[in-house]
Amino acid sequence: MAERVLMKGNEAIAEAAIRAGCRHYFGYPITPQTEIAAYMAKKMPKIGGVFLQAESEVASINMVYGAAATGCRVMTSSSSPGISLKSEGLSYIAGSDVPALVVNVQRGGPGLGGIQPSQSDYFQATKGGGHGDYRMIVLAPASVQEMASLTIKGFNLADKYLMTSMILADGTIGQMMEPISFEDAEIETYEKPWALTGTECKRKHNIVNSLYLKPDELEVKNFERYERYKIVEENEPMWEEYMMEDAEICVVAFGIASRVAKNAVVAARAEGIKVGLIRPITLWPFPTKALRAAADKVKAFVSVELNMGQMIEDVRLATECKRPVSLCNRAGGMIPSPEQVLESIRKAQKGE
Amino acid sequence: MAKVTFKTDLCKGCGLCVNACPKGILAIDAAQINKKGYSPAVMTDQEKCIGCAFCATMCPDCIITVEK
Amino acid sequence: MAIVFEKPKALTDAVLHYCPGCPHGIIHRLVAEAIDELGIEGKTIGVAPVGCAVMAYDYFACDMIEAAHGRAPATATGIKRCRPDNIVFTYQGDGDLASIGMAETVHAAARNENITVIFVNNAIYGMTGGQMAPTSLPGQVTQTSPYGRDVKHCGWPIKVSEMLSTLEGPEYIARVAVNNVKNVKNAKKAIKKAFQNQIEGKGFSLVEVVSACPTNWGMTPQKALEWVESDMLPYYPIGVYKDRTAAKEAE
Repeated sequence: MAERVLMKGNEAIAEAAIRAGCRHYFGYPITPQTEIAAYMAKKMPKIGGVFLQAESEVASINMVYGAAATGCRVMTSSSSPGISLKSEGLSYIAGSDVPALVVNVQRGGPGLGGIQPSQSDYFQATKGGGHGDYRMIVLAPASVQEMASLTIKGFNLADKYLMTSMILADGTIGQMMEPISFEDAEIETYEKPWALTGTECKRKHNIVNSLYLKPDELEVKNFERYERYKIVEENEPMWEEYMMEDAEICVVAFGIASRVAKNAVVAARAEGIKVGLIRPITLWPFPTKALRAAADKVKAFVSVELNMGQMIEDVRLATECKRPVSLCNRAGGMIPSPEQVLESIRKAQKGE
Repeated sequence: MAKVTFKTDLCKGCGLCVNACPKGILAIDAAQINKKGYSPAVMTDQEKCIGCAFCATMCPDCIITVEK
Repeated sequence: MAIVFEKPKALTDAVLHYCPGCPHGIIHRLVAEAIDELGIEGKTIGVAPVGCAVMAYDYFACDMIEAAHGRAPATATGIKRCRPDNIVFTYQGDGDLASIGMAETVHAAARNENITVIFVNNAIYGMTGGQMAPTSLPGQVTQTSPYGRDVKHCGWPIKVSEMLSTLEGPEYIARVAVNNVKNVKNAKKAIKKAFQNQIEGKGFSLVEVVSACPTNWGMTPQKALEWVESDMLPYYPIGVYKDRTAAKEAE
């Protein structure tokens, strides 16, 4: 049996990153993700790695950009307002096609918002918070185990597709303690001939760049990038289906909301309501196929979110509005209770 | 004996070499227009060149080679 | 006859896009000469700014990266921390380094980040068409200070070298100019030293190069160099503002 250790969600991310070969962390303090930086600050110097507290989120993401350009596995972590500041760098990283891992332990917004858990950065993460046409792979852990395994997966995918992987977590999972195992983690390695390593005067210089003043060249770059994104959309969607075999109602929820939703599904089943859950694990690429297939079977969807209704737009798009989709939500750092979700399920069952 | 060679087609005719030359033997040749559309700098009296490379030192486009 | 002056190898054959008489070309060449003379082209990684020198990545033959506006010292930090054996330099203008990127500049200096920073101060935003820079002189007419820089309204120009030299962190801060042969030769020495310091692991070395922008100053190239002497250098005096090693040796 795999060895299990009790860890906090944020620390699980940090430990998983180290196990994935990340030896460079650049960050800036913000609640509620500080344990990641603290863990890195403690561990990195002991394993020949680098932890550096930058002067700002802006600086830290640009340190990540430079480090990523050398081909190193590198990461930063922050929370919502900090991710807004990092968005400029995320756009440059995307435009330069270098791999990085960015963690967003979300808190309530907008503005300074609050420090309680939230999922209100769904749009920012999946539709691109920075400027220009680009995507990030967005992974939404719902347990401490997934904080670890999706971090490792995120590094692998970033290197494979030369893009940013974002761990879109929330304050609850970040602070939660659960027993986890690292033993199944598979670390993939990729050649990086584009990396800045010095030419040794043996090859033409490598240039990491996002500037293309000729519009036709920039267009080609954008089209090429989206060809790659298409492959990601084809191959990488991840989701979990729970009690969906005979479901008439489909609850859709990710992250912490999915754990509440699961309890509500069990409670609704006890009342005789045929309800199941689809939990997107990748928010981009969104598990469109799974939802489209569900739309042919169920009569209604309930989107459970810790925001004012963001993922619900993707649920409607994925299901091509074939079935009604209702929203069950709390915002500002509040979490819906299982009873609230159960009530939404009952209403959906009645066609309300 | 010294020799100054210009990559004339890359000259932008800024004249900084002309001003830098202690012997006053460089000039902008208004009669010529190069590929870039500028009147380039030219050597007017190679014999007097001392190979000090002041012209090349001030050339912003790195188009001057000096031999001595 | 032997060649006594030619284009350095650390520059590519790409034709410089700069305006006629723009000293960026001179400063590029000085950086490339330093790289050649120190034999470090194969392990150098350069960071280009946003501004007129944005396409420096095409001109230097070493590996290059294009940074976001003002973020070059942070990007360079990321590179250097991953590859400490490589030589990492940034090449930045005044808007990039002293306005939008001031935080990155100051903190890289404070950390004594072992990188080389080439800071080109020509008192104007060149690429965007001649707006007031953090280093534009009092009274200087620019596109966004059409009646001359009014210090009561928009403050005083920033003396970057003086300011950074108050920090404990940096190893070497010097200001040079490229307005005549003598100053260009001295600029070369300072730039080479800034790279040599990095090779020796001494830390953050910044060379502020007082330069000109004939196009946006509305002057001929020669007149612009004369204005450097008459107006820029009195406000931005040439000199070594900090040299930790030299100071220690003098003790």
